[in-house]
Amino acid sequence: MADLTSTFIGIKSPNPFWLASAPPTDKEYNVRRAFQAGWGGVVWKTLGSEGPPIVNVNGPRYGAVWGADRRLLGLNNIELITDRPLEVNLREIKSVKRDYPDRAMIISLMVPCDEESWKAILAQIEDTGADGVELNFGCPHGMAERGMGSAVGQVPEYIEMVTRWVKQYSRMPCIVKLTPNVTSILPPAQAAHRGGADAVSLINTVKSITNVDLDHFSPFPMIDGKGSHGGYCGPAVKPIALNMVAEIARDRETRGLPISGIGGVTTWRDAAEFMALGAGNVQVCTAAMTYGFKIVQEMISGLSQYLDEKEMALSDLIGRAVPNFVEWQDLNLNYVTKARIDPDSCISCGRCYAACEDTSHQAIAMKPGRVFEVMDDECVACNLCVNVCPVEDCITMVQLPKGAVDPRTSVPVGDYASWTTHPNNPGAKVAAE
Amino acid sequence: MTNSQLTPGVVPGRLPTAAYDQNFADHTPPLDRHEATVAADRCYFCYDAPCVTACPTSIDIPLFIRQISTGTPDAAARTIFAQNILGGMCARVCPTETLCEEVCVREVAEGKPVEIGRLQRFATDGLMAKGIHPFRRAAATGRTVAVVGAGPAGLACAHRLAMHGHDVVIYDARSKPGGLNEFGIASYKATDDFAQAEVNWLLQIGGIRIEQGRALGRDMALADMQASHDAVFLGIGLAGVNALRVAGEDKHGVRDAVDFIAELRQARDVSALPIGRDVVVIGGGMTAVDAAVQSRLLGAETVTIVYRRGQDRMSASGYEQDHATKAGVRIVTNAAPVQVLGNGAVTDVEFAYTVDGPSGLTLGAERFRLKADQVFKAIGQTLSGAPEGLAVEGGKIAVMGAGRTSVPGIWAGGDCATGGDDLTVTAVAQGRDAAEDIHFVLSGDGQIAHPTGV
Ligand SMILES: Cc1cc2nc3c(=O)[nH]c(=O)nc-3n(C[C@H](O)[C@H](O)[C@H](O)COP(=O)(O)OP(=O)(O)OC[C@H]3O[C@@H](n4cnc5c(N)ncnc54)[C@H](O)[C@@H]3O)c2cc1C
Ligand SMILES: Cc1cc2nc3c(=O)[nH]c(=O)nc-3n(C[C@H](O)[C@H](O)[C@H](O)COP(=O)(O)O)c2cc1C
Ligand code: SF4
Ligand code: SF4
Ligand code: SF4
Repeated sequence: MADLTSTFIGIKSPNPFWLASAPPTDKEYNVRRAFQAGWGGVVWKTLGSEGPPIVNVNGPRYGAVWGADRRLLGLNNIELITDRPLEVNLREIKSVKRDYPDRAMIISLMVPCDEESWKAILAQIEDTGADGVELNFGCPHGMAERGMGSAVGQVPEYIEMVTRWVKQYSRMPCIVKLTPNVTSILPPAQAAHRGGADAVSLINTVKSITNVDLDHFSPFPMIDGKGSHGGYCGPAVKPIALNMVAEIARDRETRGLPISGIGGVTTWRDAAEFMALGAGNVQVCTAAMTYGFKIVQEMISGLSQYLDEKEMALSDLIGRAVPNFVEWQDLNLNYVTKARIDPDSCISCGRCYAACEDTSHQAIAMKPGRVFEVMDDECVACNLCVNVCPVEDCITMVQLPKGAVDPRTSVPVGDYASWTTHPNNPGAKVAAE
Repeated sequence: MTNSQLTPGVVPGRLPTAAYDQNFADHTPPLDRHEATVAADRCYFCYDAPCVTACPTSIDIPLFIRQISTGTPDAAARTIFAQNILGGMCARVCPTETLCEEVCVREVAEGKPVEIGRLQRFATDGLMAKGIHPFRRAAATGRTVAVVGAGPAGLACAHRLAMHGHDVVIYDARSKPGGLNEFGIASYKATDDFAQAEVNWLLQIGGIRIEQGRALGRDMALADMQASHDAVFLGIGLAGVNALRVAGEDKHGVRDAVDFIAELRQARDVSALPIGRDVVVIGGGMTAVDAAVQSRLLGAETVTIVYRRGQDRMSASGYEQDHATKAGVRIVTNAAPVQVLGNGAVTDVEFAYTVDGPSGLTLGAERFRLKADQVFKAIGQTLSGAPEGLAVEGGKIAVMGAGRTSVPGIWAGGDCATGGDDLTVTAVAQGRDAAEDIHFVLSGDGQIAHPTGV
């Protein structure tokens, strides 16, 4: 079994699987169960300032999007930060950390955007024994209306300012949690970096309305006939999160800044993908909320098996795919592939045909006996048929070898050449003679 | 109750009362909403779907399943009924394992088809339970059509004609409409008087009058019918049965399986039906299986189906053969009866093993006997009461195209006509198509040109 011990910004945990700040980490009872189940660490549910705790709605706070067989694909929530008194949370954090010294214990914080508030809260959490803090600049609903959460996370100057205060008033490692509700993730990440953050974590939830109640004409979740936008998470947001993580990982300014990857991590494979794109560890919320804490066992066994099979250490995986994350203009236009249907695995459903014929390039022939065949002289290799075929690996993309003539274009396959040198590109660099 | 499974002879009440309820309950219980959603999710929405091609009524299966999975089962039901007005019965009785589900790409790929039949039942039951009839009659055309036979073929034909605004009178020889839906289909496939409920629901289209107890040939002549109607459709099924033609066939306890089944279907209290301790069923089709299985369900101790050819030649599907074996029926193949023994009442049947050679089926030398106090003959139904003057081919009324017989103005479909398998769904398809053809002809100049040479 591969060694999954992880050290993230100096914080050790037995594995890189942490629970994200959310209901699973809202109180001692849950966190103890999580640690018993094997989670490497937790980011405690976000704490606010001292005083009367915030209140949550008393109607539904979640909406959802389902796939086949009612598999939960996306979850949307309008929950706020912890609604329990600060002292209770602090007492519980201390007690759990004392019993689980080997697990990572991070405290998530969100207080008003002034120096005093941050100074005060940092002092209060000092003697909990926690390993670090995470600044919640991400929550897109409720708290943002009060000038916190994503209201801060959308303004790079605020991120930088608050991060500086935190580094000034605390010796704890500081993770800045970013909101995806921005046009580019780079300015907020760069601001956190400038402010002295030890790491960024992302993504928090995506502003969303999952569905509309067509009887009451209200967004969902519906509270007394009305709905508010919520924050979207779960498998559906993973592609968005992966891209943002990778952008930070390869950006000139933020390269090397540790990243805690969050957003739709559901299996060991998701975790491995985040790590390959630069995340030092991952945080999980929706998957735990959907299936319970036990899923971490599969994540642990799966990631170990993968590392063993690849003969890699965990640290070898981190960032391994980042150099291959390039701009479109650098992609090789002489990489020519053609779809290939394996007649033995084809079940003749005709979906590839409908997709290609109706919406793509009319490159699949439907022959007598429901035999489906790709016509190489029409196939542009778009991959749509692969994506709609219900049988995995039934359609594959086969690369034309160098020198072979592409029957669609009648052009022989040449060496690497990208848009940057393409004759149709008015700004192309002239290839060196 | 004094009788048991071991009581000799043909007696009622072999089982405890509760056992009858259980035995004759819905064979394939309906899907609930959740199960239907899960089952519907499995459909790939195939292009030019093979399941549709395999359905004799060409129901748009991927479309109706998608309508179920998007939460509009009533729309699914409309899709089904548009092609097959007896979609409710077909959902219960179609041998889907040899039709749509056999060619479902998921059957081909995984051996587990999309449960098309059960999904169809889910959709149709829902709309019917609301009492909604999804079609409206077109303006009356003033034309009248006589439909003979209120079985699936006749009902489907009448409904489609009525939809087009024609007035329809159905004449049926029996006391109740429905044909074999009412008198033939196994009890556990159509529980709760579904056949009658379906007929009543179908008649909501309006413009259809049914006259029961009116037999063509006995009570009325074809010529009179033609004179008083603009067109005639014959859906008279196969009212006759084949005889065994062996010595002792007339002994007490030997009867036609279809009569036994009809009696069973009409029984208010099945526990009062007498059944033998040792039952022998002769034949290899759906009727043989239904008679055998229901004999077991009535409490017969041993039930044996004996079929004269090999198992692969049985017209009952593999699924139905399994169904029989699971019910405790023994299937003996390659054996034909040579005599029925007994003194007044049957006691045994003697069989000869057969040889299926190049010169056809011959009886071998080896014989064996099966103990029997009841014997059901299920060796095929035959056309009976077909009016004179119509060309007959291979024992069926010869038709061309959409049911045109050799006589202009007379159409035929269902079991009584050539073409297609003897199935409820085929009868519906043929009745419907004949109706469209009749409508086409009646909407023209009224001249009915028939192809010659039928
Ligand atoms: C025991 C048994 C079980 C079966 N099980 C199945 C099954 O599970 N699934 C399946 O798909 N198919 C099954 N079938 C076959 C199916 O029932 C028939 O294919 C179907 O009913 C044929 O419909 P039809 O309208 O042509 O004839 P029928 O259903 O036979 O209807 C004919 C109608 O015409 C009437 N009639 C007959 N002669 C006259 C006359 N001279 N004048 C007036 N009216 C007349 C009869 O009273 C009857 O109402 C079964 C058949 C039998 C016998
Ligand atoms: C009900 C709910 C409450 C959440 N509350 C918080 C919170 O208090 N603080 C925070 O930083 N993130 C919060 N989140 C966001 C998660 O920590 C996480 O960033 C997000 O759900 C994406 O990860 P996932 O796809 O694994 O769920 C919450 C998420 C959910 C579903
Ligand atoms: S890759 Fe695209 S163009 Fe080629 S066959 Fe598939 S769908 Fe058609
Ligand atoms: S989508 Fe796949 S399984 Fe279906 S016909 Fe095309 S290649 Fe075959
Ligand atoms: S063949 Fe099967 S999967 Fe395809 S449309 Fe028909 S029911 Fe659906």
